[in-house]
Amino acid sequence: MNSDNLTRLRPGQSAAVRGLTAQGPMRRRLQDIGLVKGTVVQCLGASPLGDPSAYLIRGAVIALRDRDAAGVLLERPAV
Amino acid sequence: MGLSKDSTGARAVGGQLVIEKKNPGDLVLALAGNPNVGKSTVFNALTKMHQHTGNWPGKTVTNAQGRCVHKGQGYVLVDLPGCYSLLAHSAEEEVAREFLCSGRADATIVVCDATCLERNLNLVLQILEITPKVVVCVNLLDEARRKQVEVDLPKLSELLGVPVVGAAARGGEGLSELMEKAGEQARAHTARPPLPCPGPESEDEAAARTVYRAEEIARQVVKRGQNGYSNRDRAWDRILTGKLTGFPIMLLLLLGIFWLTITGANYPSALLSTALFSLGDRLRELLTWLGSAPWLTGLLIDGVYRTLSWVVSVMLPPMAIFFPLFTLLEDLGYLPRVAFNLDKCFQCCGACGKQSLTTAMGFGCNAAGVVGCRIIDSPRERLIAMLTNSFVPCNGRLPMLITLITLFFAGAAGGFGGSLLSALMLLGVILLGVGMTLLISKFLSATLLKGVPSSFTLELPPYRRPQVGKVIVRSVFDRTLFVLGRAAAVAAPAGLVIWLLANITVGGSTLLSLCAGFLDPFARLFGLDGVILLAFILGLPANEIVIPLIVMAYTSGGALTELTDLTALRALLVDNGWTWLTALCTLLFGLMHWPCSTTCMTIKKESGSLKWTAIAFLLPTVCGLALCFLVASAARLLGAV
Repeated sequence: MNSDNLTRLRPGQSAAVRGLTAQGPMRRRLQDIGLVKGTVVQCLGASPLGDPSAYLIRGAVIALRDRDAAGVLLERPAV
Repeated sequence: MGLSKDSTGARAVGGQLVIEKKNPGDLVLALAGNPNVGKSTVFNALTKMHQHTGNWPGKTVTNAQGRCVHKGQGYVLVDLPGCYSLLAHSAEEEVAREFLCSGRADATIVVCDATCLERNLNLVLQILEITPKVVVCVNLLDEARRKQVEVDLPKLSELLGVPVVGAAARGGEGLSELMEKAGEQARAHTARPPLPCPGPESEDEAAARTVYRAEEIARQVVKRGQNGYSNRDRAWDRILTGKLTGFPIMLLLLLGIFWLTITGANYPSALLSTALFSLGDRLRELLTWLGSAPWLTGLLIDGVYRTLSWVVSVMLPPMAIFFPLFTLLEDLGYLPRVAFNLDKCFQCCGACGKQSLTTAMGFGCNAAGVVGCRIIDSPRERLIAMLTNSFVPCNGRLPMLITLITLFFAGAAGGFGGSLLSALMLLGVILLGVGMTLLISKFLSATLLKGVPSSFTLELPPYRRPQVGKVIVRSVFDRTLFVLGRAAAVAAPAGLVIWLLANITVGGSTLLSLCAGFLDPFARLFGLDGVILLAFILGLPANEIVIPLIVMAYTSGGALTELTDLTALRALLVDNGWTWLTALCTLLFGLMHWPCSTTCMTIKKESGSLKWTAIAFLLPTVCGLALCFLVASAARLLGAV
């Protein structure tokens, strides 16, 4: 398990996307919502039960389950 | 298993997409766009149709078609399902892509959200690669202005090489110009060549290229005073999806809606019932005066008219209050937050988080909820959502639950406390339904529909100020009257059948008592009686008529009690042997029994399989019977009745 994926982002933190490890339809879907290399993502917070979490991606708020967010690799989190 | 791509995928969505031209000269315009950008609003405004709109992604799952005439030219508008991309592989995206590629549209209108243009441009760019005849409609300009977002439309048009029209479809702004430009594009013979596609590239490169290009264009044309996701939205989300506040607020909102529905419906219900019954008496006199035979008067007044007036007076007030309230929440953008809050539960049950959206739709109508399941990509999870949809009571069943609760469990308290107690109990019943939905989903994913939860993304759209006036008008006319009309259409013949059953005598006893007597021993096992079970069976076409049928059956024996208020109704039921246990079991069975025939047919159509329809029929029935049996047996063992 890679240590610097999207699930490691704490609420309020932002970081740029380094690449995707997700495969298949989910890879496509992540790209379609704008998660390509260089996109800056901000974590907004988790749902009341801890999973999924909401992320601010290119001006839209998208909820991703932890399982799926783990497929997005990040550059070093820039707080 | 009958669970192939064919039976559940694109075919189920777009198989019957036939363009209906009224006039051979009509031009076809496709309406594409991301989910939740106001596509349906544009469609409605142009066609004067009333496709239901709501502030959550995936509202439009079917291809709606409508016609409009602009400057003497007829147009057929095809509202394609919203999608983020033409490359992904969900059913909606396939339908949209297939239609656009087929060249059956003379021009395509791509609707964009001005407050979130960059991501919308992704789809615009992909569509431009397929078809050159495009008009971009930058919608929600009113909202953008509020958020101090400015879009340089001429510049955007220049960069994209196609006409761009700004619009605020909710207020009708820009629509005439949109039709003007779309008409020009559709009539144009020599269209601009598609955007050049830079050589062979991998899917990843293609996706990234489009995203970067969209980013570049957005950087040049969008000036924003603040982020698309405003601080106000952020603050609301912190409260509505907060760790400590998310669930309590959700429950309080639901409770509030129920309380308003129950309190508000009480008085108009009684008023309507009195009015309709006295009108019935006048009608009876009129018929008698006209010299109609007593059996005919009985058939028409006691059979058809009384059942009808019962349905109207019991159903109309709660629906007219519940629907608008619920639509307001929908318009605000609250439903996706509910899905966000509840997702973990569905995840644990091997289901899709979007199932809470289809479950919420089920409150309106289970058949609509089943159709709504198309927003779920995985066929397995879609089936789970379809099979469990009828565990939440639709609007046809809600008034029945309210009546039973008010009569037998909360009526004694009266006043404010009474209605609050009723609302609390109704909330409990609904939570039981939601709990059963989860339980059965888990059961299905462990047995018949094994699998792990698939991936999905859920968009939380910006909150939008609901158009209160429009919401009320539309939800009363489109939803309430539609549902009521359907109920009435079924109630009339069902009332006739019940009256005939009650008045045709075979061997000294009426058919009704024979039927009810036949069902009685079986029904007693479950805490019901023969008449109740018979009413549920006859209520298959529409659950709304169950209580009216029960009343009809009890009163048709001869004694004509005038049921002007709930006390009289309670007395009638108690006279016929009802106890709190009968009411409780009827309540439980009302929550969990076979879906109405419309829902069953919809499930058959959506799943393409008789087997899954049968399972959808049996699952809630078995659960309901089992629960009633347990409750009835326990109560009898404990000597509580």
